Amino acid sequence: MMQFLPQILFVAVFAFAVYFFVRNVKRLKRNVNLGKDVNRSDQKKKRLNKMLRVALGQSKMVTKPIAGALHVIVYVGFVIINIEVLEIILDGILGTHRLFSFLGPVYDFLIGSFEVLALLVLLSVIIFWIRRNLMNIKRFLSKELKGWPKNDANYILYFEVVLMLLFLTMNAADYQLQLSGAKHYASEAGIMGAFPISQYLLPVLDGLSTSTLIVVERAAWWLHIIGILFFLNYLYYSKHLHILLAFPNVYFSNLNPKGEFRNLESVTSEVKMMMDPNADPFAEPAEGEDEIPEKFGASDVTDLSWFQLLSSYTCTECGRCTAECPANQTGKKLSPRKIMMDTRDRLESIGESLNKNSDHQPENDDKKLLDGYISREELWACTTCNACVEACPVGIDPLSIIMDMRQYLVMEESAAPAELNNAMTNIENNAAPWPYNQQDRLNWVNES
Amino acid sequence: MSKQLHVPTMASYLAEGKQPEVLFWVGCAGSFDDRAKKITKAFVKILNNIGVDFAVLGTEESCTGDPAKRAGNEFLFQMQAMTNIEVLNAYEVKKIVTACPHCFNTIKNEYPELGGNYDVVHHTQFLKQLLNEGRLKIEGGKFKGKRITYHDPCYLGRANDEYEAPRDLLRKLEVELIEMKSCKQKGLCCGAGGAQMFKDAEKGDKEVNIHRTEEALETKPEAIAAGCPFCNTMMTDGVKNKEKQDDIEVLDVVEMIANAEDL
Ligand code: SF4
Ligand code: SF4
Repeated sequence: MMQFLPQILFVAVFAFAVYFFVRNVKRLKRNVNLGKDVNRSDQKKKRLNKMLRVALGQSKMVTKPIAGALHVIVYVGFVIINIEVLEIILDGILGTHRLFSFLGPVYDFLIGSFEVLALLVLLSVIIFWIRRNLMNIKRFLSKELKGWPKNDANYILYFEVVLMLLFLTMNAADYQLQLSGAKHYASEAGIMGAFPISQYLLPVLDGLSTSTLIVVERAAWWLHIIGILFFLNYLYYSKHLHILLAFPNVYFSNLNPKGEFRNLESVTSEVKMMMDPNADPFAEPAEGEDEIPEKFGASDVTDLSWFQLLSSYTCTECGRCTAECPANQTGKKLSPRKIMMDTRDRLESIGESLNKNSDHQPENDDKKLLDGYISREELWACTTCNACVEACPVGIDPLSIIMDMRQYLVMEESAAPAELNNAMTNIENNAAPWPYNQQDRLNWVNES
Repeated sequence: MSKQLHVPTMASYLAEGKQPEVLFWVGCAGSFDDRAKKITKAFVKILNNIGVDFAVLGTEESCTGDPAKRAGNEFLFQMQAMTNIEVLNAYEVKKIVTACPHCFNTIKNEYPELGGNYDVVHHTQFLKQLLNEGRLKIEGGKFKGKRITYHDPCYLGRANDEYEAPRDLLRKLEVELIEMKSCKQKGLCCGAGGAQMFKDAEKGDKEVNIHRTEEALETKPEAIAAGCPFCNTMMTDGVKNKEKQDDIEVLDVVEMIANAEDL
């Protein structure tokens, strides 16, 4: 029985991690589904292509070459080293050691390349830390990153360092044990794996007894896998959710020209009615039709679409959008990154209430997205230039949220800035945003 | 004053039972704004000069609704859109050219769903087509060898991915085209879009147009080329703010072509 204890323990830890992960995924799905429907399932081939290019191929990351290259290293390292995690999990469950080693030279190559990647990841992460903390890069200094977002970003970097060091320590101890022919470690077939990096750690382990080496190897093995399982569950609370959500988010992102803003269908039917000379304005709404008039625009996250909500969870908080934003560059309060972070924070606050009480009604909350998180001043500073949308590496459209909220301000609250109201009155009365007469529209022809 | 402009209306065409090759959508700025009217005229001169068969809606034209939509007033936008679509469809319009990227974007992208389906092109794209068909000839002229920087209008560039047509025309003028620090996909807004043209800016430490003008001036241009009446206004104001208006003109690409041909 005793001999199975590690396996039992491992299965318990693993099951626990999976349980919490599934719970978080369910919460995420529930929260995203609070959003309104929008059809993003058309043009599957185009979507798939875009996902492969932008999410998998990271085509937008490389527009900033240094950060982009480093990110690709960490990303590729992360994905590939996960093959090793699969072996670790199976070893843990089955009580085996280096289960995949039957692959022979292929295995050696894999382990060897994992080690090289681990080193590259380690170096990249250190550079990331320096960029983020010492180099005064503007997009990492904004107000909205104070507190948790900044800590979150750093925690992950520390975490990666620890994981990579554990991985290399584990390999070094294992290598030493194999060399000394320790039971359960050494194999008749010779050395399993290749250790191009961790071999340089051997001097550190020099002189340790076999039993101490086993403790070191086991400790590193356990901490490494527990660390990874912890990371999996940390994601939900972090901007690092993007490593999972970047894929669906890019897949479901907008494929139309960026200048095309959605036409509100509910408005179309009303306008058609107003313009139809035969329509009876006092007609009762048809049987089964919604009696409550639909709300125009968005004042809270529940008025946004599920895609916009998914995007808020996907946002990497990289600030590429804000760095390109003309309003932000000229000192206005608006920051498209903050728009996304606010959306997520508000959605999370509703989520937490729902965790406690599944009947919770978000519309009764005091602090809503509009005014509670995002101010009117921010919304009116946007030039709708699409620079943020173009810059985003994961297909997020902060502008669409700004527009939905402006629609609410104008159509539900008539709260446009006074000068804009003037322009709109002009359009209504004389078909131009300025007070000129429509009958004078062709005067330019005869003016000198 | 040069030759009288020939600007027929759709109504007159209909009266004669004719259809023009293309409808020229002048837009509000192009019809009323003093600076933009010059762009309108420059474009018409080119069309007249090479005999393009076009017509305008004249007094039947009405704001596309772009500023209303970007301000958040979807009602007013759709009212405008449907009114315009009724007129355009009544004339059975097929192809539209406009010198305003905002009108271009709105009619091209937002009208189809409301029943307005047309082949819509920006004036730089249209001239590029004419060039390719051999109907338009452009030669260096006044701007040959001059340092020119081109400002991408958001609603032509990022919004509709057209970066090359205006640049191709400038290259035909044999100018020395210098790109700003942020250009094409990364082009910086002039500050007018999203109905900002019609309101004061929010509190900040600089106006967007000044910021963009500074980027333009960094290229040490002899003139700044634009492709949008609103960008033109913003950049012109920026240049004035920097007291460079005597040295650096802000010109629409079509004005440069008309100038080169001495029209
Ligand atoms: S669209 Fe608005 S929020 Fe986005 S970059 Fe332009 S001004 Fe900033
Ligand atoms: S919206 Fe996109 S560009 Fe902006 S911070 Fe989030 S991930 Fe980065």
